[in-house]
Amino acid sequence: MTITRNPARHDRAGTGAAHPRARSWPGSASGVAVRVLALGLILGVALWAAAPLVSSGDWTGMAITAVATGVALWAYLIPRRLPAKYLLPTTFLLVAFQVFPVLYTMSLALTNTGDGHLGTKSEAITAIETSSVRRAADSAEFRLTVAEKDGALVFLLADPATRAAYAGTEDGLREIGGASLGPGGRITAAEGYTVLTAAQASARSAEITALAVPVEGGAIRSQGLSRAYRGTAALAYDAGCDCVKGDGGIWRSDEEQGRFVAEDGRALPQGWKVGVGLSNLGAALTNPKINAHFAGVFAWNLFYAIAVVALTAALGLAAALVLHHPRMRGVRAYRTLIVLPYAMPAFAMLLVWRDMFNTDFGLINRMLGLHTDWLGTPFTARLSVLLVQLWLGFPYMFLVATGALQTIPREYMEAAEVDGASPWQRFRKVTLPLLLLALAPLLVSSFAFNFNNFNGIFLVTSGGPFPSDNPTVGATDLLITYTFRLAFGQQGAQYGLAAAMSIYVYLIVAVISIIGFRRTRAFKEVS
Amino acid sequence: MRAIVWRHAAAVLVTAFAVLPIVFVVSAALNPIGTLSSTALVPRGAGLGNLLRLFEETRFWTWYRNSVVVAGLTAALAVAVAALAAYAFSRFRFAGRRVGLVSLLVIQAFPQFLAIVPLYVIFSAISDNWPVFGLNSVWGVVLLYIGGQVGVNTWLIKGFFDSIPKELDDAMMIDGCTHTQAFLRVVLPLAAPVLAISGLLVFIATINEFLIASVFLTGDDARTLAVGLFGLLADQRNANFGMFAVGTLLTAIPTVLVFQFLQRYIVHGLTAGAVKG
Repeated sequence: MTITRNPARHDRAGTGAAHPRARSWPGSASGVAVRVLALGLILGVALWAAAPLVSSGDWTGMAITAVATGVALWAYLIPRRLPAKYLLPTTFLLVAFQVFPVLYTMSLALTNTGDGHLGTKSEAITAIETSSVRRAADSAEFRLTVAEKDGALVFLLADPATRAAYAGTEDGLREIGGASLGPGGRITAAEGYTVLTAAQASARSAEITALAVPVEGGAIRSQGLSRAYRGTAALAYDAGCDCVKGDGGIWRSDEEQGRFVAEDGRALPQGWKVGVGLSNLGAALTNPKINAHFAGVFAWNLFYAIAVVALTAALGLAAALVLHHPRMRGVRAYRTLIVLPYAMPAFAMLLVWRDMFNTDFGLINRMLGLHTDWLGTPFTARLSVLLVQLWLGFPYMFLVATGALQTIPREYMEAAEVDGASPWQRFRKVTLPLLLLALAPLLVSSFAFNFNNFNGIFLVTSGGPFPSDNPTVGATDLLITYTFRLAFGQQGAQYGLAAAMSIYVYLIVAVISIIGFRRTRAFKEVS
Repeated sequence: MRAIVWRHAAAVLVTAFAVLPIVFVVSAALNPIGTLSSTALVPRGAGLGNLLRLFEETRFWTWYRNSVVVAGLTAALAVAVAALAAYAFSRFRFAGRRVGLVSLLVIQAFPQFLAIVPLYVIFSAISDNWPVFGLNSVWGVVLLYIGGQVGVNTWLIKGFFDSIPKELDDAMMIDGCTHTQAFLRVVLPLAAPVLAISGLLVFIATINEFLIASVFLTGDDARTLAVGLFGLLADQRNANFGMFAVGTLLTAIPTVLVFQFLQRYIVHGLTAGAVKG
């Protein structure tokens, strides 16, 4: 930020005489001072950011830092780049945390990234070899102490013969100094590591069993909580044939699918990430499991978003108008109470609402003396999620409508009154258009938000109720919850497919947002 | 007079709709048994058992501090950054202005949490070089949240700036002010209501955010209220409901305070007076 207050100019506009120097700002003393300050600040931040990148030799990071620094210097040191000066912080933040993730998602959509396809081919080979480790009769033994470093599990290993101490992680084995050995030959403490107590270790026993420390020709695995052995790998990668051999089988590398496949078509579970072109994007459209219900989910999704916007805006606006009257008393108290739902943590209240809809001990059934399974039938479940979202959303509209009402100059109303307009005409012709002008961007962004209101559905109904013949699509499913379940559901994480689906969801929302804005007066303000 | 009565009747109705579920939560928080199945709208008894359990069995105050710091920083910074951009879009005419405004809208249409995998990759890289802004750091998620909210707020604030007569800045500039001074002395003070509302909206959105926080703030010291409370119900849904209700009410306090603090700005629009003068 380069804006500083000039102490010489504290007098208000219009009252004091114009300061002669301030007219020629770019050359004025304060202007120069501001720019020197900006230069120092930008260079300081740049140097701080570059230091770790230089020491780790990260050239991509350095290039990004250099470009960002260059842009900042260009914007803040050259006079007469006014819009850029104001827009730069927003631009930086959007590029880093919104534009780049979207582009990255798009690139993920072109790969098979997911469970079993997370890393590179060499990482997959290491995983295959270490997971095939078996214990042989002559396997070397170690005394094991389970420890922790930065939350990650570490095996502290002591060689009973040489009493040498090692630290083993999933990245490999290295010798450590300064470890103290107990009477049983086990390491009791080592600098930089936190030794787990027996209770802590047994709580993480699944992790401990799974940890294999890769070493040449095999891996070190645990046997119980106090011993480890150096086993030999049953499977080994052979670069000559680009295949994995062992256990009487051969798995050949399949570069298209990113995994090792045997003659009979069976593949090893550990694969690697490869590009799959447009097949994810195609699968989202052609896979009958995915596209069969697309139209129905899309229609309900559209209805849900429109209904939520319309209901919340109508109630919020009505409440704001009701309270906007010079002779109204207790307005402050009403406002505070009406805004309360918005102050409550939404995620928690969604869970509370779910319990209020409960058939047996839900508040709603008890108050109305009913025994309705609200979330059990499609119609009532849809009604319920709309009601919940109305409750959560209308205070937001109320707040903004209240704010907007204050900004309508009283002169407009007085002028309309002088012209003989009735109260209804004044509302219809003056208040409402001005309110909608202020609310229009909000209505569109509210639509975009609710179109993808993951929490609003997932925490209340989880997308259900589900028809008995089809557990993959529920009556209240939005595209986003539906996608989420398909991609991260029973078959495990399929980030590539999920990314492809989210691109479709994004395109739909973006197109609808643009159409929505074109239809509002707010869009005319842009031109 | 009759019109006023109707206004009050309508206001009471809307208020009741708004408040009833909260009464239920209050009742659950006071409920001495502390389970979901034993909670009624009017509590059958009252006790602080749930509150004490929450403080003794969880690290509630750590979650609380993290949430308030994250939401407060995000709100203040996001509004500051958005106000700068909004001023440029409202007052200057430059090449790419229209494209910029529309792209803000289009870019923001992408829900940030769908990109959770890319975001995690970005933050792993940041963690390696600048741990202050990396995983499990308050500043990291603050930047992330600002990036996710700045577009919407730029639009909101720009709409308000447009309604402030440009003649006011022009008058300042004829007197020899710079754009910066016109922005700081005229536009910003007059836009206090919208800045207050934007800040409040960002604060609430941030304190409610769950998915991103649950991925980026996993350390015991870094957890926010949303992550911590969610874990409470995930463990023991029925038995922990009383504690959960207490936590829910305590989570609402900062938001209510921020609202009370900003209310005078929200309620007293200043533009009408300015035009007169």
